[in-house]
Amino acid sequence: MAVLDRSLESSPAESSARVPVGSILHDWVVTADHKKLGLMYIASGLVFFLVAGVMASMMRIQLALPQNDFLGPNTFNRLMTMHGTTMVFFVGMPMFFGFANYVVPLQIGARDLAFPRLNAFGFWMFLFGGVLLYFSALGSEGLYGAGSTPDVGWFAYAPLTSRTFSRGNATDYWILGILLSSVGSTATAINLVTTVATMRCPGMTLGRMPLFVWILWVDAILVLFVLSPLTAAQVMLLFDRFLGAHFFDTQAGGSAVLWQHFFWFFGHPEVYVLILPAFAIASEVIPVFSRKPLFGYPIMVAATICIGMISMSVWVHHMFVVGLEPGANTFFAASTMAIAVPTGIKIFNWLGTMWGGRIRFRVPMLWCTAFLLEFVLAGLTGVILATVPIDWQLSDSYFVVAHFHFVLIGGLLFNIFAAIYYWFPKATGRMLDEGLGRKHFFWFVLGFNLTFLPMHVPGLLGMPRRIYTYMPGRGWDAWNLVVTIGVAVQAIGILYFLWNVISSLRDGEPAGDDPWDGWTLEWATTSPPPEYNFEEIPTVRSRRPLWDLKHPEDPDWRWE
Amino acid sequence: MNPGSPVHAIPDMFQPVSAPAEAIRQLWWLVGGISIGILLVVGGILWWCATHFRARPGEDREPPQVYGSNQIEFAWTIVPVLIVLVLFLATARTIYDVQAMVPPKDALEVTVVGHQWWWEIRYPGLGVVTANELHVPASVPGARRPTFLTLESADVIHSFWVPQLAGKTDVVPARRNRMWVEPTETGTFLGQCAEFCGTQHANMLLRVVVDSPADFAAWVEAQKRPAVADPRVAVGRAVFESTACVSCHTVAGTGADGTFGPDLTHLMSRATIASGAADNAPDRLRAWIVDPHAIKPGALMPAMKLPDDQVDAVTAYLSTLR
Ligand code: HEC
Ligand SMILES: [Cu+2]
Repeated sequence: MAVLDRSLESSPAESSARVPVGSILHDWVVTADHKKLGLMYIASGLVFFLVAGVMASMMRIQLALPQNDFLGPNTFNRLMTMHGTTMVFFVGMPMFFGFANYVVPLQIGARDLAFPRLNAFGFWMFLFGGVLLYFSALGSEGLYGAGSTPDVGWFAYAPLTSRTFSRGNATDYWILGILLSSVGSTATAINLVTTVATMRCPGMTLGRMPLFVWILWVDAILVLFVLSPLTAAQVMLLFDRFLGAHFFDTQAGGSAVLWQHFFWFFGHPEVYVLILPAFAIASEVIPVFSRKPLFGYPIMVAATICIGMISMSVWVHHMFVVGLEPGANTFFAASTMAIAVPTGIKIFNWLGTMWGGRIRFRVPMLWCTAFLLEFVLAGLTGVILATVPIDWQLSDSYFVVAHFHFVLIGGLLFNIFAAIYYWFPKATGRMLDEGLGRKHFFWFVLGFNLTFLPMHVPGLLGMPRRIYTYMPGRGWDAWNLVVTIGVAVQAIGILYFLWNVISSLRDGEPAGDDPWDGWTLEWATTSPPPEYNFEEIPTVRSRRPLWDLKHPEDPDWRWE
Repeated sequence: MNPGSPVHAIPDMFQPVSAPAEAIRQLWWLVGGISIGILLVVGGILWWCATHFRARPGEDREPPQVYGSNQIEFAWTIVPVLIVLVLFLATARTIYDVQAMVPPKDALEVTVVGHQWWWEIRYPGLGVVTANELHVPASVPGARRPTFLTLESADVIHSFWVPQLAGKTDVVPARRNRMWVEPTETGTFLGQCAEFCGTQHANMLLRVVVDSPADFAAWVEAQKRPAVADPRVAVGRAVFESTACVSCHTVAGTGADGTFGPDLTHLMSRATIASGAADNAPDRLRAWIVDPHAIKPGALMPAMKLPDDQVDAVTAYLSTLR
């Protein structure tokens, strides 16, 4: 009481202006506002990203030299498992839900998601799932009673996860952490599907929905389809571990391959769940900075739906070395190659959007441009891996590691950076600094290529993934050293990014409502938008309502 | 030339010496060529856009608003479809070439059993059991002799991968996978387990020694003999036979018949120990017996805590097992 009184006396003006930290915190914890939840998803995704990035750096230090002693096998295997699990479930997923949460209601002219409280529930389930996973470091009893995080790899192949081979509770934490966050993801996906289906503003037919919304809609539907097999498999594994069931117990007639079918039936579409938001962001940023509408909108919608559907019929390409029949291998080679077609169409449409434009290479556009090139490379190594016999050589090698980091960094993360630079002004009312942004871009892209281009080579020279050490003289040494140096260069980029965010939050240039001269509805409200988003629910007549407003002489609805 | 030499230190899939690996390398030319072509085209267009359609300072008129073009969309749909079709046909052909191969009558049959973290190798037709170093005969013109492997696992999933000989095939418990190699060059080829299998996945290395047919026959003869019984190391043998070594290791011709660890009958015929984690040199062997975990942390052989003189004696004994 006394403390409180004195502070009141000493500076009444200041204390009335400053809201107590406790109440701000309370506000964020109990909020059901889609914008706050969106920002919390993105912020927690970034925190997990930094944690998993530090883990990756530690692994790279270990692998910089052959027979290095920096980490032992147990530590390495834990880091490798936690890095993968975190990046997929606690970085990629919250980024999707974060941007979907923040941007979708604004772009469809709604005041919130359909079920705001379910939205809050989804977020907290996701977050607690992540916390539970990390709590394993303290709470789980590993070998010899020592604490242990999960160490069976992020796809946790049976029977390595059985009680026989994974004693202690680390694997249980892995199962439960993901299970819990999946409940949250399912809730949020249902929410998004419903919101887009029912809450669009007057005039916004499906054909006038921004492509960003279209893609995330398809993505949310995909989440509903593919999370269930994962959840089922996790529950079966729990039964095996606790109730003596034998689904995956090969010593009692269970099947190791069954787990792989379940896991990859989730796991492959999951890659598309993660990459579709990247496509959505690129489809938003590239037109605005090229000053042209998206080329071939209907085809882009069709390609998105195709990708969503085909992605559920390619999972066996993760299993080409399991020893399946040639017929099965051939079928899944065909489906996997087929998915390259709609993906290729998208790339060409983005290029078609840039063609003939007046491209402003501001930071978001820089990221999207780099993305186009890196993603083509990722796609091509993907087609190489879909060539089954080549996959027999490259599966589970460093070539695969390089391939999917090209997809998830060059593809996804580059676009997440684009999105952060693009919508940061909307969310905070301040611009991110252009100069720091360019430095961030330069160092990160340089470091990324220095890391992951050379990483293909040791794979081609027979280096398997997930090894904590390797013998000298196999032709891998120099490549691994370069890869590790690349990580340090990436870290410079990340430091510029963090510095940019922190300093711009405090004293970035004021953004105004519409800093990029955008065309979709989020730019029609203030930055940051009020709790209710729009004073008056807007009515739209085309895909680019703000273009119509700014160019009454040549509105889009005349052409669409 | 000594059997087993030269040792090809780099497991490079672009230097295949065996039919399946050769077929894969040929596929590379097509797939790699097409990939580089596409990369150049897309990279070129992107470069053109970035240099020609960049906004110049002061130019703030909006460009012509183009919404799309069905002809163009059609073109860039049909071209990828055709490319994919070609790739698919080439892929399907190679899949069947490799997977549908039927063993000829005189093919060599070998069973490879993956263990956490070493390889058990059995030649059922020949009565030979060894570990970690697979010997196969070279296939020579006029007397082609491929080797067919049956892959089994004693515990978790492993994967058999020697890039210069063939692609990898997983070693899955409760399942018998098959693969084959047909090397045409003699020498030692390196590989390792390629599916994460626990703590020491990294040190589950493989060596395949391709012998000339004559050398292979000689090797088989030597392997079939029971262990050498050298009276000068009787002390070491007694120590070995009276400790738990025998419940995990086999030495043919003695009471040691354990199968949990590698067969030691002809330990000295191998170039490495502990699945390639160490050279098979006397000091390394001794260090291994003193404490396997100093060499391979987590390995499933316990440190036996023998007194120094017994370790010396056992090492001396094992060193006679040629
Ligand atoms: C509990 C079972 C067990 C006992 C007891 C045991 N070993 Fe082992 N031993 C193993 C296993 C398992 C390996 C393979 C380790 C690896 O490569 O990961 C092995 C490997 C070896 C090797 C290397 C073989 C090779 O070709 O790579 C030698 C030599 C050896 N043991 C000697 C001994 C001696 C001598 C004793 C007794 C003092 C002994 N072992 C006791 C399980 C055992
Ligand atoms: Cu293994």
